Amino acid sequence: MTYITHSRLSKSVDTFREVWYKFSKNRLSIVGLLIVLIITILAAFAPYIAPYPAHAGRFVNFPEASQPPGSRHLFGTDVNGRDILSRIIYGYRFSLMMGVFVLALVVPIGVTLGLIAGYFKGTLIDTVLMRITDIFLSIPPLVLALAIASVLTPNLTNAMLAISLSWWPWYTRLVYGLVSSLRNEFFVQAAKATGASTPHILFREILPNCVSPVLTKMSLDMGWVILMGASLSFVGLGVQPPKPGLGSMIADGTQYLPDSWWMVVFPGIAVMIVVLGFNLFGDGIRDLLSEEEA
Amino acid sequence: MILRLDDIKKYFPVRHGFLQRKMEYVKAVDGVSLAIKRGEIFGLVGESGSGKSTLGYTVVGIHRSTAGKIIFKGEDLATRQHMDVRAISRKLQIVFQDPGSSLNPKRTIRQTLELPLKVHRLGTRRERLGKLRELLQKVELPEEYLHNYPRALSGGQRQRIAIARALAVEPEFIVLDEPTSALDVSVQGKVVRLLLSLAKEHDLTYLFITHDLSLMRNVASRVAIMYLGKLCEVAPTSEFFKNPLHPYTKMLLSSIPVVSEEEESLKPERSVPKGEIPSPVNRPSGCGFRTRCPLAMDICAQEEPRRTLVNEEHEVHCHLFNNSRIKGDYDWND
Repeated sequence: MTYITHSRLSKSVDTFREVWYKFSKNRLSIVGLLIVLIITILAAFAPYIAPYPAHAGRFVNFPEASQPPGSRHLFGTDVNGRDILSRIIYGYRFSLMMGVFVLALVVPIGVTLGLIAGYFKGTLIDTVLMRITDIFLSIPPLVLALAIASVLTPNLTNAMLAISLSWWPWYTRLVYGLVSSLRNEFFVQAAKATGASTPHILFREILPNCVSPVLTKMSLDMGWVILMGASLSFVGLGVQPPKPGLGSMIADGTQYLPDSWWMVVFPGIAVMIVVLGFNLFGDGIRDLLSEEEA
Repeated sequence: MILRLDDIKKYFPVRHGFLQRKMEYVKAVDGVSLAIKRGEIFGLVGESGSGKSTLGYTVVGIHRSTAGKIIFKGEDLATRQHMDVRAISRKLQIVFQDPGSSLNPKRTIRQTLELPLKVHRLGTRRERLGKLRELLQKVELPEEYLHNYPRALSGGQRQRIAIARALAVEPEFIVLDEPTSALDVSVQGKVVRLLLSLAKEHDLTYLFITHDLSLMRNVASRVAIMYLGKLCEVAPTSEFFKNPLHPYTKMLLSSIPVVSEEEESLKPERSVPKGEIPSPVNRPSGCGFRTRCPLAMDICAQEEPRRTLVNEEHEVHCHLFNNSRIKGDYDWND
């Protein structure tokens, strides 16, 4: 018994070493991983990390309004005297939440539709599903999300819904392409010849073979979803004040340019870093998974 | 008689032209009638594109036949209203050509082998595990392999797993679709020997699809040659190699590579094939082989050759033998 436990443990240590070796071959992936880790920790423990947690909400302190970056306020303050660093940390909170929720909604729906359409390729099901997908794909995602978000009441939930509605077709397309070729693999034919049910073939035989590309796309998409969330927030369709959205902070700050540059520049850099971080991280994941295939 | 194919056809529709309005058919299998006896190893030989694999898939229910009857132990499988794959698969199984593709890379050997048992609701979890161990033993693999993924196995070992999967539900009939062509020569022999001993042990009947004539010579009890979706010649193996009749058969036999003078002398006169096998979409009129046949006559372009029985067990589909046609049909009484 102890022997088995030991060998399993050492085996998983070996796998971890192998994974880390492949992931870390590209130095930039490590940078991405670090950025993602730091931002996630910042977002998760915002109340403990932010220097002025109260500034993330309805807070006014006019004597300290529009202060440039200094020792008391590392990134300066906004017109209401709120600490910009604290608001960025809370802004990350909403951004990451948005990314996670959107992907959690979009991936199961998009992947399932792609599986079904790909498996029934050439039938009416395929035609109907894929033409609907094409219609959604033909509208630029930001425009579609803007249109949907502006119809609904502006808040975080509706912004997430709007982005989700414009995002699922990409997963359907991706999985559709994969399944179109996987369905002809002999192991699928073999399962069919055995009499396995269609759900079994779709989710147990085909889906596991789609996981790597989907995971890669997810890790790359995190950054893009956050960027789009910031864009919606920039035009006032995301997190509502007084809560801090990265986009709305930039939008608010533009009125006081160029004198109070810190109100725009720091939230802007914050968005840039999170998108960059997830992209580098996603590249690392792609390298890792694509080599695993080989 | 365990399996009888009666004028089986399998056409695949191909759409093309403006807005895909034109419909044409790839006639992969175009009227094949065969009778396979219980316990025999029936060799089905043909070059790529002859429709031999399609015929195999149709028999096990992966493809639904366009027309014709598949009569297995007196029961017609093809014309059933809803062809019940599950019911068929208990009796008819298939081993695919490429074990690299026929085993799911993301599922363990145990998951792969257990699927047929689960589908047919055979045994409890514990009983199934016992059955899996037994199966691995039968194909001469250690039972530790149950927890491995296919990528940890060699080609020959993977093919053994594929064979074990086919055996899992204890079928009576197995279609072997070029089971050795993707393997190293050194491994081929072992796999074939395993298949033969399993056939004996479990009283199995094989439809052995291959393009390897020399393998058939050692393994099959009867051989059928397919060309462009139709049969050319069916004969017991010894007769087939001693007295080949169809020009295509002769051509195939003369192309077997040999190592000795003695073997060379056994081969029919060398005739070199002209060109490639025609497309099954645009079959030549009449006999499909006439475009490459050195002995083609006028009638070959006009009429399809009918089945001619040379003797009780030897049939040939060629106009050359029409004069000596013996009227008759299969003797269905085994």
